[in-house]
Amino acid sequence: MKKKNFIRKTISFTLAAACMVFTFTGCGDKKEDGTLTFTNVSYDPTREFYAAYNELFAEHYKEETGKEIELVQSHGGSGSQARSVIEGNDADVVTLALAHDITAIEEAGLIEEGWIDEFDKNSSPYTSTIVFLVHSGNEKGINDWDDLTKEGVEIITPDPKSSGGACWNFLAAWQYAKEKFGGDETQMKDFVAQIYDNVLVMDSGARGATTTFVENGQGDVLIAWENEALLTLEEYPGEYELVTPSISILAEPSVAIVDENADKNGTQEIAKDYLEYLYTEDAQRLAGENFYRPSDETILNEFADTFDLSVNLCTIDDFGGWDQAYQDFFADDAIFDEIYSK
Amino acid sequence: MKKKSIIPGFGLSMGITVAMLSLIILIPLASVLAYSFRLSGGEFLDLMTRPNVVQSFVTSIGCALAAAVINCVFGVILAWVLVRYDFPGKRLMDGMIELPFALPTAVAGITLTKMYSDTGFLGRAFEKIGIEIAYTKIGIVIAMIFIGIPFVVRAIQPVLEKLSPSYEEAALMLGASRLTVFWKIIFPEIRPALLTGFGLALARGIGEYGSVIYISGNSEKNGTQVVSYIIMQKLNSGNVDYEGAAAIALVLLIISFLMLFLINIIQHIASRRTNA
Repeated sequence: MKKKNFIRKTISFTLAAACMVFTFTGCGDKKEDGTLTFTNVSYDPTREFYAAYNELFAEHYKEETGKEIELVQSHGGSGSQARSVIEGNDADVVTLALAHDITAIEEAGLIEEGWIDEFDKNSSPYTSTIVFLVHSGNEKGINDWDDLTKEGVEIITPDPKSSGGACWNFLAAWQYAKEKFGGDETQMKDFVAQIYDNVLVMDSGARGATTTFVENGQGDVLIAWENEALLTLEEYPGEYELVTPSISILAEPSVAIVDENADKNGTQEIAKDYLEYLYTEDAQRLAGENFYRPSDETILNEFADTFDLSVNLCTIDDFGGWDQAYQDFFADDAIFDEIYSK
Repeated sequence: MKKKSIIPGFGLSMGITVAMLSLIILIPLASVLAYSFRLSGGEFLDLMTRPNVVQSFVTSIGCALAAAVINCVFGVILAWVLVRYDFPGKRLMDGMIELPFALPTAVAGITLTKMYSDTGFLGRAFEKIGIEIAYTKIGIVIAMIFIGIPFVVRAIQPVLEKLSPSYEEAALMLGASRLTVFWKIIFPEIRPALLTGFGLALARGIGEYGSVIYISGNSEKNGTQVVSYIIMQKLNSGNVDYEGAAAIALVLLIISFLMLFLINIIQHIASRRTNA
């Protein structure tokens, strides 16, 4: 009697578990008509660019192979997108804000070493930089980093400890201070601390900071990605002005094939084609139209009206690469904590 | 011989219960525990005593407590109005109580921020009398009130519905003052439900992320970083720190558990006293 009862319990338990497993499975990669699905995991502000680029690429793919391709885009904070790929998001390629985030995927064993040299220009088909967005008329007279330290200037910038984009903002300010004070670290820290003293709201991400500045009307100046700032100018004509500081940082969003997933999905070839096609003239022009600086010099010069090409840009290599910069500035008890927690 | 249960299907329903609990709650929670144990004792202490971590715990718990207390006061009034009076639009109002459950928390957060920032519709009015709401702890409390109110109302409503007004009438006839009627007749009846609602609203507030994150401004200087923000910081930043995030989450869980446990004890003692 007892045994029977036990068996019955086991069966019902297994059934229950099986029911749940079936509920959660049932997605495949290839559709019945043979259309291939290809996933690009990217970060927030590239939404508009990749929507346009995917159309361009799908056309090119059809010309080459005669087959349809379904391109899926995914957007979110760069760091959390990288984490989702590490945790099993089946991305064929990643196009993220920082090389550092791709390195994290590499360290998890999903991307082969040396990815940064796989494509031209450090695998960065387009770049951007950090600029200021101010209200029309620029009443507070904000023209360069110096003006951000003035008393009464209210700054909006996201938290570098939670947003990758915000790290660029900090590093750009740091580079300016370095030139200004000839590398005197105490003065540099004071200068950057003054800027961060003026920060009114520190959002968790770049899009949140844009919302705070544009929608909620907080602050006098938003430290922003150039592409986000230009997009805002386009959406709210006449309300804002873009100010390019004398010194800023070259942000190189990187792209890479997620080798492990691409091999499994049989998309290695397409992935390579997809990322290489980003460097063609058409795609480069499309990047420019979507306010990213094309990495092709000739095409970049075509957009001289859009971008201020005279700005003096440093790169992450000036800080010894991302890992070094992270350890020096943003890890617990590093420079950012030191100047901000005081 | 096993005694036959009157209601059949114990095996199957228990199987589903155990499977559900394990997949959705137990296994994920166990993994939080497992991750946080990867930190050594010293590292754990170091992390927990960091000023920003301590401050975030104070902010989260303090604001959630304040919000839960406010919710209890207004929750009782709301539930009372909805149960005892008839007025046009009552059903609509009743349905509205649940909106905070249905609305995505991020939408709620962004909307509240827009309303209560100094350029917003409500924030402007408050600014005139010198009260800043958005980007301060008051803002955090407001967001927590918003997400917590349905818990209190929905906990008390059924009890009030069952409570017959004839007791109150009898008490009034016997010469009790209105205040006495509330404290001696109504309050003891709704107290267990109120405590449950308080506990749920508190627990929800302590762990809240979406609606709080936009209105708080997340400033370490102003003490407006909540615990869930610190956890996200650990997961979002350049060096993903699972262990640190899990350790903070674990402490948060333990604190929430202790508070709920305490509420249950109070409830237990109180119910023994009323039934004695």
